[in-house]
Amino acid sequence: MAWSRDQMAARAARELRHGDHVTLGIGIPTLVANHIPAGLHVILQSENGMLGVGPFPFAGEEDADLINASKQTVSQLAHSSYFSSADSFAMIRGGHIDMAILGAMEVSSSGDIASWSVPGGTIKGMGGAMDLVAGAKKLIAVMEHVAKDGRPRLLDQCRLPLTGSGCVSLVITDLGVFSVGKEMRLVESAPGVSIEELRAKTEAIFLTQENSGPSSPIGRSP
Amino acid sequence: MAMRYSDAASALDGVLFDGMTVMAGGFGMAGSPEKLLAALVASGVTGLTLIANSCGTETTGVGPLIANGQVKKLIASYVGGNAQFEKLYHGGRIDLELSPQGTLAERIRAGGAGIPAFYTPTGVGTVVAEGKPVAEFDGRTYLRETWLKADLALIRAHRGDTAGNLVFRKTARNFNPPMATAGACTIAEVEELVEPGALDVEMIHTPGIYVDRIFQGENYSTVVEIRTVRNR
Repeated sequence: MAWSRDQMAARAARELRHGDHVTLGIGIPTLVANHIPAGLHVILQSENGMLGVGPFPFAGEEDADLINASKQTVSQLAHSSYFSSADSFAMIRGGHIDMAILGAMEVSSSGDIASWSVPGGTIKGMGGAMDLVAGAKKLIAVMEHVAKDGRPRLLDQCRLPLTGSGCVSLVITDLGVFSVGKEMRLVESAPGVSIEELRAKTEAIFLTQENSGPSSPIGRSP
Repeated sequence: MAMRYSDAASALDGVLFDGMTVMAGGFGMAGSPEKLLAALVASGVTGLTLIANSCGTETTGVGPLIANGQVKKLIASYVGGNAQFEKLYHGGRIDLELSPQGTLAERIRAGGAGIPAFYTPTGVGTVVAEGKPVAEFDGRTYLRETWLKADLALIRAHRGDTAGNLVFRKTARNFNPPMATAGACTIAEVEELVEPGALDVEMIHTPGIYVDRIFQGENYSTVVEIRTVRNR
């Protein structure tokens, strides 16, 4: 059975290490914050100029000057700090962010990611996504395995305009977890999802390993 | 020493001309110089090249300036969520230069710091790299981006003093500090204007050298754009 959005977020949260500085994108990646295991200290960064992003405020404590990159009201923690957009992207581009977890529309086996533009669609702009994919030490893409019309999104080569080239290291879909880079490799599949189903729904050639599959222990990817 | 003014309209007096380049701080409504932007709309100055993180919405940020047809070209990282902008753009009535958000911030910082160009990994292998020189450093490819400067930078700060020193609040800081450095003329609107000495000199975010004109805005909105809360 395919993973739900929350289960995908929970799977992504298992990639976090104690002390990581992490930037979360819009959509499913935002849900990752709800699945950080108790006792694991992770510092969330928001590209609009905040480290130590806290949970949504209690009703009545919203502050128009305290928002995340999606413009949602958030709260401040004891270890929080604020800085300018130039400083924020210096820390992103400069390789100080341990992990970025972002949504995607397509990912290729070589780690290319397309997430910001659909030709002929509404023009939106890349925001900070291109900086994040270029600068984060580790990039995890989270997306539905196939598009709404059933077309594969794990491809030999992306068809949509790229956000970045060769920068994704792990893809988490509703059907499985894949490492990408030199080659695409199945790390884990969702419960009850067969290799055959994955092959049918994946354009890119992927390798499997002995311990992959529904019966594999759920753990951190290599 | 910044010159003190009574309001946005008087602070803009004598600095506006058609075809000028204007920068405006803010991320969403946080840190948006709303009094100066409203006065800019009222002034009717036109043919502007506008540099801002986003196009705002129809009613917030730089959105009304765009909706009023005063902007010839927008340089921004994000233009989603504004149907009015989309209409003007598809009608060919506004030019758009998309710059990745970090590149945009650094181009502005470079403009204020006297650095005409720099190399960045952001956008390599994407449409952003088209037409830009690339070079390899330590085995990785980078592309060259150029500085951004403006005839006028519009800044919003939480507190300021009459020497032009500014203090920002929480995530309302965003693009305001780099933009303050990159304007030939920089005007700051502040929620509270105080005498020199009233701000903690160790806690100044933007030193007064960058600020040419300053005034205290009145009746700032505390409306939240996207309210997200949790239960107790």
